[in-house]
Amino acid sequence: MGTWWTLTRRELAGFFLSLRGYIIIAAAVFLVGYSFVVLLVNLQREPTPMPVTEVFYNTQFFWLILLLTTPVITMRLFAHEKFSGTFETLMTTPVSDLQVVLAKFAAAMVFYVVMWLPLLPCLLIVRHFTYDSAALDPGTIGSTYLGILLLGGLFISLGCCASALTRSQGIAAMISLVFGASVFMLAWIADQLPARASWQGQVLACFTFFDQMRDFVRGVVDTRPVVLLGSLSLFFLFLTLRVVESRRWK
Amino acid sequence: MIEVAHLTKRYAGGTAVSDISFSVRRGEIVGLLGPNGAGKSTTMRILSCYLAATSGTVRVAGLDVFHQSDEVRRRIGYMPENNPLHYDMRVREYLKFRARLKGLTRRRSRERVDLVTEQCGLTEVSRRIIGQLSKGYRQRVGLADALVHEPELIILDEPTIGLDPNQIRAVRQLIKGLGGSHTVLVSTHILSEAEMTCYRVVIMYEGRILAADTPENLQKLMSSDSQVIAEIAAPEPELRECWAQMAEVEQFDVSASEGDYFRCALTPRDGLDLRPLIFALVRERGWTMRELTRNRHSLEDIYVRVTRPDEEDEG
Repeated sequence: MGTWWTLTRRELAGFFLSLRGYIIIAAAVFLVGYSFVVLLVNLQREPTPMPVTEVFYNTQFFWLILLLTTPVITMRLFAHEKFSGTFETLMTTPVSDLQVVLAKFAAAMVFYVVMWLPLLPCLLIVRHFTYDSAALDPGTIGSTYLGILLLGGLFISLGCCASALTRSQGIAAMISLVFGASVFMLAWIADQLPARASWQGQVLACFTFFDQMRDFVRGVVDTRPVVLLGSLSLFFLFLTLRVVESRRWK
Repeated sequence: MIEVAHLTKRYAGGTAVSDISFSVRRGEIVGLLGPNGAGKSTTMRILSCYLAATSGTVRVAGLDVFHQSDEVRRRIGYMPENNPLHYDMRVREYLKFRARLKGLTRRRSRERVDLVTEQCGLTEVSRRIIGQLSKGYRQRVGLADALVHEPELIILDEPTIGLDPNQIRAVRQLIKGLGGSHTVLVSTHILSEAEMTCYRVVIMYEGRILAADTPENLQKLMSSDSQVIAEIAAPEPELRECWAQMAEVEQFDVSASEGDYFRCALTPRDGLDLRPLIFALVRERGWTMRELTRNRHSLEDIYVRVTRPDEEDEG
């Protein structure tokens, strides 16, 4: 636990004590801010009974931020250490592979959550000026952030895996972008399916991340997507662990 | 301290190390000597538990590096080739981070960091960012990192590469000072370096061990046919006659040099040192001599000798 925390702190310092981290945050803030403008324009055009979080989700900026930032957050994790050689000094200290993988994942998740925090004031501003407490309640905010956290977990564990595969940050980012886009496309295909489909279609229907996220922003927490996203993240972390271990049996 | 038995490491592309065995006793400083690609770094990586061997066993302090790698890593201080560091961290912060990773408690790590900072001469730069330090200082940071958890075994992969002569001397002094209390395995491709710091040298070439002995013995082995060069001002026929009569000289070659001097290249019989004999001769005859040297064998010669002894004679 002590070692894990030391590693996690080091990774966090890597994010927050570098320009790179702030550039990512700035880009995310820009996109959130832009979506906020779009959201306000939509609200002015016609009043809506939807909670603000759902109005935000409907602007589609959520997916753009998720798809674009996660590869940039994760690309450095393993690839940079492998490239600079510090991976060797790290792995020759008495730390376990699992500790290293979990520390890097945890640090990336913390950074990812911090990156999403600017959304909160935007939502509160809307709530303040609509004078309607029904527009936003703490539960909805909680479930929205739970959705953000779970989907982020999936994309970041995927990015960890991609980063562990290569020594080049650029390649790591591209691999995770392609993987991420594939997952996104899977969700899109699942969305287009007819309601009654063959068993393949039913399996595919599990991956309707669009609808699942819509539930979260509405304040509905369904255990099915929680389990699905959680176990997918664990699966990709497991793959990452195997890739890191592979230097010992390759 | 180290026991390597029939160690083989194969990569997808070929064999890096094939069937090597050697052992290192506690408190020894042993040099791994060899050209680039000889398998030194691979051997060190296996010893430090970064890579696993294809076959063979490696034990450090009686522990297997594969099955008890955690315990082994606690006992090893390893500095890889090119000394990778986190360039965005400060020296003290980095050493503390490393000490904590190596399982030292907060208090103990503070004590040890203070100690190694002083030991490696890093006190005045301890608050600087590593990326802004000179190469010599970075190398010392790497060494301090290898020492910070008081390891029994210290593995240094080419610690003096790319340093200036003063820095090299400082690093060698430091390594020398570690002997006795620590076991040190250090790789290099400079023979004189191994000679100066190590009790014993293991010469590797193309993944195999060619020789393992003390530097003195290796030198003796090599000097058996080393030439002596003497530049003497004397009549040429007289010089030739002298060398022909001298029983200790097996072969000689006299050629004119600038001025009145002649350059004589003499090969001794049975590895004798000809220099005192030549000096006595010159004094006796009242000649002038301006140079007297023995060709020292470079590492290259040793490789050539040990790998292809016959071809060299022909050439």
